[in-house]
Amino acid sequence: MMQWLPEDVSPYGGSIDALFYFIYYITAAAFILVTALMIIFLYQYRRDDSRRAVYTHGHTGLELVWTIIPALVFIGLGLASKSIWEEVKLNVPETDVEIRVTGKQFNWEVLYPGPDKEFETDDDYQVDNDIHVPVGKPVRVFLGSKDVIHSLFMPNLRFKQDMLPGRQIEAWFQANKAGTYEVPCAELCGFGHSGMKGTLYVDTPEDYAAWYDKRWPPAETNGGDASAAETTEEVLAGGAVMDAETMPEPEAEPAATEEEAESAMEGAADSAAQEATE
Amino acid sequence: MSEAGAAAAHDAHAEHHELGFIRTYIFSTDHKMIGRQFMFASILMLIVGGLLAMMMRWELAWPETAVPFTSWISEPFMYPADEDSTVGAVEGLSEFVDPFPGANFAKSLGSVGGAHMDPAFYNSVFTMHATIMIFFVVMPFMVGGFGNFLIPLMIGAGDMAFPILNMLSFWTAVPATIMIVYSFFVEGGAAAGGWTMYATLSADPTLSGVDTGADLWVISLLILGVSSLMGAINYITTVVNMRAPGMTWFRMPLVIWSLFVTAILLLLALPVLTAALGMLLFDRTMGTSFFMPGGGGEPILWQHLFWFFGHPEVYILVLPAMGVTSDILSTFSRKPIFGYKAMAFSMIALAFLSWIVWGHHMFVSGMNPVLGTAFMLTTMVIAVPSAIKTFNWLGTLWGGNIRFTSPMLFALGFVSNFVIGGLSGIYMASTPVDIFIHDTYFIVAHFHYVVAGIIFGMFAALYYWFPKIFGRMMNETLGKVHFALTYIFFNCAFFPMHFLGVAGHMRRIYNPLQYEFLHDIQWWNVFITMSAFCLGLSQLIFFVNFIWSLIAGKKADKNPWEANTLEWTAPSPPGHGNFETTPTVYRGPYEYSSPLVKEDWLPQDRKLGPEVVTASQ
Repeated sequence: MMQWLPEDVSPYGGSIDALFYFIYYITAAAFILVTALMIIFLYQYRRDDSRRAVYTHGHTGLELVWTIIPALVFIGLGLASKSIWEEVKLNVPETDVEIRVTGKQFNWEVLYPGPDKEFETDDDYQVDNDIHVPVGKPVRVFLGSKDVIHSLFMPNLRFKQDMLPGRQIEAWFQANKAGTYEVPCAELCGFGHSGMKGTLYVDTPEDYAAWYDKRWPPAETNGGDASAAETTEEVLAGGAVMDAETMPEPEAEPAATEEEAESAMEGAADSAAQEATE
Repeated sequence: MSEAGAAAAHDAHAEHHELGFIRTYIFSTDHKMIGRQFMFASILMLIVGGLLAMMMRWELAWPETAVPFTSWISEPFMYPADEDSTVGAVEGLSEFVDPFPGANFAKSLGSVGGAHMDPAFYNSVFTMHATIMIFFVVMPFMVGGFGNFLIPLMIGAGDMAFPILNMLSFWTAVPATIMIVYSFFVEGGAAAGGWTMYATLSADPTLSGVDTGADLWVISLLILGVSSLMGAINYITTVVNMRAPGMTWFRMPLVIWSLFVTAILLLLALPVLTAALGMLLFDRTMGTSFFMPGGGGEPILWQHLFWFFGHPEVYILVLPAMGVTSDILSTFSRKPIFGYKAMAFSMIALAFLSWIVWGHHMFVSGMNPVLGTAFMLTTMVIAVPSAIKTFNWLGTLWGGNIRFTSPMLFALGFVSNFVIGGLSGIYMASTPVDIFIHDTYFIVAHFHYVVAGIIFGMFAALYYWFPKIFGRMMNETLGKVHFALTYIFFNCAFFPMHFLGVAGHMRRIYNPLQYEFLHDIQWWNVFITMSAFCLGLSQLIFFVNFIWSLIAGKKADKNPWEANTLEWTAPSPPGHGNFETTPTVYRGPYEYSSPLVKEDWLPQDRKLGPEVVTASQ
């Protein structure tokens, strides 16, 4: 069953998957133990009129054993889960990539803040169902809904968060491998729930820069030319720094990919610089 | 009074109560007849709920093809199909269907009275499947049916404490049942918000497109809540006040303990559901804003209220099946139950803990993550009493002299499924793992192992007490075949759902092929669907056995299973007033293979001569 866990491209997915496997081994062992005992007992103690059943009402020592051992296992699992949960939910990394995703029947409305990094300003860009993020950088996402409860589900990122109307929920994710991923809605949201999905584009630095510059052309505002170019570069440079220093170990990813990403990032920085000088 | 005199007095007593057809079979106040009424009503609803599941499974295996035998359902729920819409003709579907051996069968079947299912109707179908199975099958069968039948008989009482309230409880459930079925036929169709009816989808008719149907859903459950409340009050009073002389608390059979604890949970949980349903109805029809943020409401409040009721509800469903299983395992192992007090106290512990775990349904709901950790820890704790019960069942089997009757097989099937359902619950209890598997088929697999697994407890109970309820035996061979097929196809249908969930397959979707990442696992959906059809067809064996045994089954003795509990000392079926004389209880319910007597059973009410008692001291 293991090969069906979708590929993990998130920084914390490795811990979640490891916990999943850990529980898998514990529950498999418990299942085998109980089932084997049951089959043995059913065979060993099948009806035989030449003997009587053992007349016993229980055994306090045994009962204590099978109360205390499961209790200890569950406490251990609880503690292990607690630390990973905190890693995912409470230790939000610093980032300057922010987007807002709002659920509405039956699309994801994606809002990008633009170069000024402020939502609800003139340079915002809003689009349905296309989420563009740079590879290897944490993304802060503000989730909301216009009508009913939706749930943003990114299987490869081990990310799922309900979106509530009337409330904005802050969450974060990070994709360590470029590519496109499906983003289904996981909470029943009406007759169009099935098929409600968007696409997450995890862009290489070049692609992200290209997409970014197409959306907010650096040369467009004459006076702010330098600042716009700076923004692009800042985003990318920030990404490189994050990769090298503060990014948590991407457990599921081989080092080669990270190197690739970094070399690609340098290339992107070069091309961005070229564009700026042109 | 001499024995003959007592019998004569009882006859006179019975004659005095000679009632007409209506008072005997329809508006009966006899707990046994009310129990039978609940059983028949829930078996009818089981057929409805099962057929809904079959429609869903067709849709999931062969999405957007004609569903056979459904052309009688009108638009806008089902649309007439043309020849291009059968499984074989839909473009692109072949690659998912052809590798599977059932493909040709499906292709040929789709053209038989087939019609297309509307996605909105699919939502109604799964909503109603769950609602019917939970509220109109498992609850009325186990709590209404067996609770009614068994409580007075097993504690040595003549009837319930409040016979008229008991009758009202059934006759209040009837309009609720009619209303929930009728909701399919109103404009807009039946409720489509899932059985959990999350606001705001459920709170504003314009968001789901279902208006009257969802109102009827709410009203039906409100009425059903009144019915259950009347039952709960009756059960609690009866168990507390009407136990026969000598029937102390710790001489009660575990099935009575389970029904007693269930009644307490019902009494405390239902008012919460009633309050929540009331708020929902106000939001829907009177423009209040309990759950609508536009008017200052909070959608997540619904989830807190619903699951505060909903998690105890899970134990309301499963506890009676656990009690039944304990009694049957002990009887057919010819051994006392292992750790009687631990079994009773673990049920009480489950009942208490069930009030503080509701948040584990809401780890990704937007609730504060710190709260998630707290609920995870309580959830880990509630797994302990479940583990105790499982190991004690194993301990009961150990050293037994096991008779493989059909009730025993179903009870063992219940244990086996409960083990799987319990263990898969641990994945969800772990907050980080739940992020991924929440709202996927992993959850669907889990709760079917627990809740649909209760059907094994239901069958175990029915095969076991059938002779007492109807005075005839069921056919053992058919019972065993029924068990074997049900057990195999149940596991083939529900176990692979774990795999789907692990791959990320969302629940409540109408067409899995709309998602590319689910294409590779579509063949599991086909496999599950074929297994589910076989599971459904296997139940025909049960219906044949059930109806045939009712009419022509072998007449049952008083105590065909050589069991100890009090109901087996009454005639089969017991007459009005149950017992010829009120029994006196001398010992616990599970004295099998006792060294005090030659036989391997020792009924609770048998008085042993002083020489036996002295010899044992």
